[in-house]
Amino acid sequence: MSNSTGLKSYFQFHSVDWSAMRSATWETVWMTLLSMIAVVIFGIILGLILYETRSKQGIGFKIINWVVGLLVNIFRSIPYIILIILLLPVSKALVGTIIGPKAALPSLIVSAAPFYARMVESYFREVDSGVIEAVESMGATTWGVITKVLLPESKPALIAGATVTTISLIGYTAMAGAIGAGGLGNLVYQEGFQAYNNTITLVGTIIICIFVFVVQFIGDRFVKMTDKRTL
Amino acid sequence: MIRFKDVSKQYSTKDGGLTAVNDVNIEINDGEIFGIVGYSGAGKSTLVRMLDGLEAPSTGEIDIDGTDVAKLSGSALRKQRQKIGMIFQHFNLLWSRTVIDNVALPLEIAKVPKNKRLQRAESLIKLVGLEGREHSYPSELSGGQKQRVGIARALANEPTILISDEATSALDPDTTNEVLELLLKINKEMNLTILLITHEMHAIAKTCDKVAVMDSGQVVESGTVFEVFRHPQQQVTKNFVSEEFTTQKGDTTMTLEELVKKYPEGQLVRLIFHGPQAELPIVSDVIKRYPDLTISIISGAIHQTQEGALGSLDLQFIGDESKINDALGYLKTMRVGTEVIHHE
Repeated sequence: MSNSTGLKSYFQFHSVDWSAMRSATWETVWMTLLSMIAVVIFGIILGLILYETRSKQGIGFKIINWVVGLLVNIFRSIPYIILIILLLPVSKALVGTIIGPKAALPSLIVSAAPFYARMVESYFREVDSGVIEAVESMGATTWGVITKVLLPESKPALIAGATVTTISLIGYTAMAGAIGAGGLGNLVYQEGFQAYNNTITLVGTIIICIFVFVVQFIGDRFVKMTDKRTL
Repeated sequence: MIRFKDVSKQYSTKDGGLTAVNDVNIEINDGEIFGIVGYSGAGKSTLVRMLDGLEAPSTGEIDIDGTDVAKLSGSALRKQRQKIGMIFQHFNLLWSRTVIDNVALPLEIAKVPKNKRLQRAESLIKLVGLEGREHSYPSELSGGQKQRVGIARALANEPTILISDEATSALDPDTTNEVLELLLKINKEMNLTILLITHEMHAIAKTCDKVAVMDSGQVVESGTVFEVFRHPQQQVTKNFVSEEFTTQKGDTTMTLEELVKKYPEGQLVRLIFHGPQAELPIVSDVIKRYPDLTISIISGAIHQTQEGALGSLDLQFIGDESKINDALGYLKTMRVGTEVIHHE
């Protein structure tokens, strides 16, 4: 613990427990990546369901579209800090605990997947309808259109959206940390806030920022690599 | 053989019903290049979309080699679609795929093995003259090259019918001609039936054997291109033919009204020559026979159609009404088509 006060309190680096910092960073990174993978998978599936049932005739499609749309809208509008608490029993049932990084995964996924699903739906709608019709006129099935047109033609947008979603997931992990999920959020809350160690807060902030920048950089690179529209 | 029999298509809109296609009857023989010309909204595209089963007709039958397309669905319809290739105004290529992968796409859909797919795509790329560009992306190609990729892709499944839906409308005149020549070559080499949808009479004159003129959902006139050009019956056809005859490269288009405004005196007459008369000195004959008439030449054009040359000459006759009529009568005996565009 540091006794310094004022601005100097930010720079008491001898007071930092670097191994705790390292393991907290690692927890944040893997919580983010694991939930990102799940969010991308569920988001694309939900987005596809929303897109495919949107303009189809038939009462079955309309009901599916309405139910999925409603669930997506509900979970998208619950503030994350409340959602974690709401889902504590679910986490307990799914992963067997309500503390630690694993316990945060269900709520992270449930909050971000609907957000990403709406983005995915809009990216699919932006795919050139002429191209879809051309491929349909070749005799493609709906699945053929999805795998050969929708997914590849919206790939850069899907990656850009996943990057934005991942960055907001990093923010969520810090919030989850505050109520016991571990990671940098947890460390900064306990050591930085409750134990008045401003240096821990500063170091945690810098690490989070670097993480965000790295994610953004990698995302941008992939978008550029996959976008063949302008060369 | 393609046969549209009493085909109509109605859409219900907020403002009531809309008839896009109205009682169309067309027959297209195998190996023919058949043109459908009309202004936008005339129902051309709806007609070909029905041919491909992308839309179903409200009433009537669409028969391709004995199969009623309107009755197909599911995998039978998808199989049928593979027999029809389609090219589009905006090419509709996948930007995410290279040239060769775009051409191979219909084969992927038809589940052709990979090495066979690439072989076929390779030979089609050669056919359309794009060797060396196999691994380029569409964004690296010009409009004409993109349409060549479109054509190669449309031919991948060895279709018997090729539909060209305004495929040259987004291209400049030179590129349009290149693409039309490619279509002619394909038609001859593969004995492919081609259905050419366009609003440019030029494309029809250059490539088609037969033409149907559409106006507000109906076929108002049809026949061989040669006949339709020589004796257009309906006003809309006359407009199209006249557009084509007065549009010259490097010249501004002059509509009939503009011609009339510019040459208000006497009579404005369009002569249509075809075949052997084009080689006779008919105009100088007329000038010698009717020395009292003043004749000035306003414009002229010659068009190569699939059946031979067709010439048009716009003349202004000034003089006695009866003399002018005599001169026109003489021209008729020489089997020159005459049409009085304007009478003072």
